Amino acid sequence: MRKLGKNKLFALLLVMMFAVGVMAGCGNQANQEPEKTPTEQVTPTPDNPKLKLATTTSTQDSGLLDVLKPEFEKDTGYNLEIIAVGTGAAIELGKKGDVDVLLVHSRKAEDEFVAAGYGVNRKDVMYNDFLIVGPENDPAGIKGEKDIVVAMKKIVDAKATFVSRGDDSGTHKKEKSVWDKAGITPKGDWYKSVGKGMGDTFRMANELKAYTLIDRATFLSLKDKYQLVPAVEGDASLLNPYGVIAISKDKYPNTNFEGANAFIDWMTSEKGQKMIGEYGVDKYGQQLFVPDAK
Amino acid sequence: MDVIWQGLKEGFLLIIAMDPELVQITLLSIQVSVSALLLAAIMGIPLGTVLALKEFPGRKTLLNITYTFMGLPPVLAGLLVFLFLSTSGPFGYFQLMFTPTAMITAQVLLGFPIVCGLTARAVMAQPQEVFDTAATLGATRRQVSWAIIRESRMGIIAALTTALGRLIAEVGAVMMVGGNIKGETRVLTTSIVLETRMGNDSSALAIGMVLLLIAFLIMLLILSLEKRTFKDERRIQIV
Repeated sequence: MRKLGKNKLFALLLVMMFAVGVMAGCGNQANQEPEKTPTEQVTPTPDNPKLKLATTTSTQDSGLLDVLKPEFEKDTGYNLEIIAVGTGAAIELGKKGDVDVLLVHSRKAEDEFVAAGYGVNRKDVMYNDFLIVGPENDPAGIKGEKDIVVAMKKIVDAKATFVSRGDDSGTHKKEKSVWDKAGITPKGDWYKSVGKGMGDTFRMANELKAYTLIDRATFLSLKDKYQLVPAVEGDASLLNPYGVIAISKDKYPNTNFEGANAFIDWMTSEKGQKMIGEYGVDKYGQQLFVPDAK
Repeated sequence: MDVIWQGLKEGFLLIIAMDPELVQITLLSIQVSVSALLLAAIMGIPLGTVLALKEFPGRKTLLNITYTFMGLPPVLAGLLVFLFLSTSGPFGYFQLMFTPTAMITAQVLLGFPIVCGLTARAVMAQPQEVFDTAATLGATRRQVSWAIIRESRMGIIAALTTALGRLIAEVGAVMMVGGNIKGETRVLTTSIVLETRMGNDSSALAIGMVLLLIAFLIMLLILSLEKRTFKDERRIQIV
């Protein structure tokens, strides 16, 4: 009996230690002060400066957020923490209330998210487009093809290697919608579902001399490192609109709702939109994102 | 808590249902890690013994290098193998990128220093008596070495279990050189990463359970070697 008592005591002690640890962790987060940088303009100090954004790898990999983040922080006083994952995972984070605001690109999933009551104040922000890239020697003979359906059919006929994100991301969803449109269920040795982010998928496609669907921003930022070239671009079904959504205060009262709205307002403001439109022009010689907030 | 319960439930159901995709992923995991372990053992045990027993210049340095590489980060091992096997790399001609062979190569790189280093330590820990006894009984040099390896088998088995634990649980290297291609190079650990990234936490947890179960079974197998060899031997008794 005495031994059992000891074990119980030990278990209780463990649980208590864990609880204290968790509370300490939360306390630290709540107490975090925003970094104060000396700027000429007066930066507001919001009550809860910590703002968590879940977004897609494409906005991060393209470097757009690196440019927007400091300006947004300077203008609003929030401290933006960026979690870059696939759209599927970003929306999942939103559903769990682990983040405050989303910047994603999968219109259907976004609408479902809002309809289910998880998100509010959804706004269009910008769009870019996807393109099919492939090896220079173009085994499927699709270079310059304008109709995406024809191109996809040719890839299947040639059994040319095609690398798919396969991770339920916005890009993967776009790819699936393109296959659907062509009436094809991709299957076979030539179709490689790799379950990775855009940068890694592009790298694998390059290594395998394969075709893949990629967003323009990521392509432009990485194209000098790899040998794949654009094969199909310009089809209307390859447009890629981004939306920004605040996590509902009713569902998760502890999220930073004010911060989320400040982010949405800033992204759709004249200044935010102008910065989005100008991003990449000096570096890549072309616009990466087209602002389209209404 | 919901996710955890659901994950446990899902894991249980997954194991019972023997989902063909999961079976294939599991078999590939075993194939890759066990092959890598065997290769690491074939090279690591003899080399570890030599490092422990033979005096030669640079021995200490080699030992230290081995110990350092025991902590080789898996992604770094993956990157090195990637650079060598990539189409633009020195072995690009063989087209080995994103194949199980590439994954095994990277894991050998991780497992070998562990087997080699821990074997060396186990052999060095043998008392002088083992050598003296064998030598007195008229053993040749080769026979003496063999006797010492036999006496060190407990430590060598520990080296193997440690290495296996690292290999079967490792994700950085197999992700990089295997590429996580569905049906070709996807293994348990890379599936967990993918499911997590897709927000399917309970599926990720379920696959994690399968991984633990497999690790447990292989460990049992390795440890059964130990039980057999040590059956009749006296162990330290605390009185």
